[in-house]
Amino acid sequence: MTELATTAQAKELHRKFTEDVMAMPSGEKIKICQQCGTCTGSCPTSYLMEYGPREVIAAFRAGMIDRVVKSNTIWLCTSCYYCTVRCPAGIKITDLMYELKRMAIKYDLAPKHSSKNPAMTKIFVDSVRKHGRNHELELMAKYMATKDWGMPFKFWQLGLKLLANGRMPLAAKNIKGKDELAKISAYLEAEEAKAQ
Amino acid sequence: MKYLYYPGCSAESTGKAYDISTRALMEKLGVGLVELPDWNCCGATSYFSVRELDSFAIAARNMAIAQEMGESEICVICNACYTSLAKANRYMADDPKVFEAVNGALGAVGRSYDGQVKIRHIMDILINDIGLEAIEERVTRRLTGVRVAPYYGCQFSRPMGAFDDVQFPTTMDRLFQAMGADVITDWDAKTDCCGGMMMLTKRDGALRLCHELLVAARQYKADVVVAACPLCEMNLEGYQRQVNQAYGTDFDIPVMYFTQLAGLALGADPKQLAIDKQVVSCDPVLAAIPA
Repeated sequence: MTELATTAQAKELHRKFTEDVMAMPSGEKIKICQQCGTCTGSCPTSYLMEYGPREVIAAFRAGMIDRVVKSNTIWLCTSCYYCTVRCPAGIKITDLMYELKRMAIKYDLAPKHSSKNPAMTKIFVDSVRKHGRNHELELMAKYMATKDWGMPFKFWQLGLKLLANGRMPLAAKNIKGKDELAKISAYLEAEEAKAQ
Repeated sequence: MKYLYYPGCSAESTGKAYDISTRALMEKLGVGLVELPDWNCCGATSYFSVRELDSFAIAARNMAIAQEMGESEICVICNACYTSLAKANRYMADDPKVFEAVNGALGAVGRSYDGQVKIRHIMDILINDIGLEAIEERVTRRLTGVRVAPYYGCQFSRPMGAFDDVQFPTTMDRLFQAMGADVITDWDAKTDCCGGMMMLTKRDGALRLCHELLVAARQYKADVVVAACPLCEMNLEGYQRQVNQAYGTDFDIPVMYFTQLAGLALGADPKQLAIDKQVVSCDPVLAAIPA
């Protein structure tokens, strides 16, 4: 792979991305991307992205993956997998997006203003770790509290209707084995630390 | 016939009607559902964003429980759960390192998983196990004249394509054709994205996608859009009002879980199928079905 990254951070991100992608099943296929753009043409949200999926791979080759990690691109991927099933080279582009999300969280580089998805991701995972299942009302409440104060007012009618129709239970359900999820995560975190 | 059943988190709140109507539909078909004991969240798209192995391992806890019970498959209704659980299976099979790491993590909580429990979408079970002929025999109220837009959503068959085409699936079309409905078989929006979780994180982007879907439904003169995923259903139905506000439209298109409409054809009562719990009234659909 080309090594054009210039700053220390760009070099580190390039190294991490290369290493992780090559460790993925069929990750090496990223090398045979011919920049046809089928991914970007198939993406329902590429028009909102600073770098479309095709450009993500181009940026990587140019040693500029650091720009993508800091961009809004990865937080606008809805995991619809259109790019993945259509890529003629068999590149799992959705998985690349997940890898970039993980890097942005790990290095704390997610954009603070252009998208609220990083906050949502964290709240969702915390909720599941706490209860074993996702409690939708708690998720919404916590999410609104961090970012979007205007939301309850915009959606109060829908909220009331869901409550009235029994589609928004107030109490969270805890599974018996909820501690197991925390232990599973702790084990994997420790394994990852050991490997580094 | 009996299946181990994984409802998923949404089925306990916003997608409750999907769970209720699934149980009613299967009862009409004489198929038993046994809820997977102490199941946990599949991890959805969020867990993948934290650590891929975490996502596979917590998904695999569900399969490990099934395996402990001596069961060989799990019936899943939510598209996102289906993809998360099936993806864990696929990656465990494709990569011995993933298999080992997942079992290491499960070992920390006294469990193990051999990778052999099949994840089955309910549509797969309806079409391939129960079969259209058997279903057709049990139809008591044919959906003659009801124009159905079959909305599969993204993760119904993507990325696996285990039981239907990844870009142009047809199983739901065939199910409702067997029930006598006027299915829009050339509906090219059928697997377009509803925006998913983006409805909360990037609202204008998600509203635009829902707007496009509703426009496509109206263009094809759909009486009802049927969905196979709680997120798709919520976005298309619950947020129609917001779409109208953003785009100056007047959509009032009934959106149902496909299990609700199928349940009606099999003679279940609308209340039994939680059809009265929809945000957009389904009365026009109920009125359109011949008695």
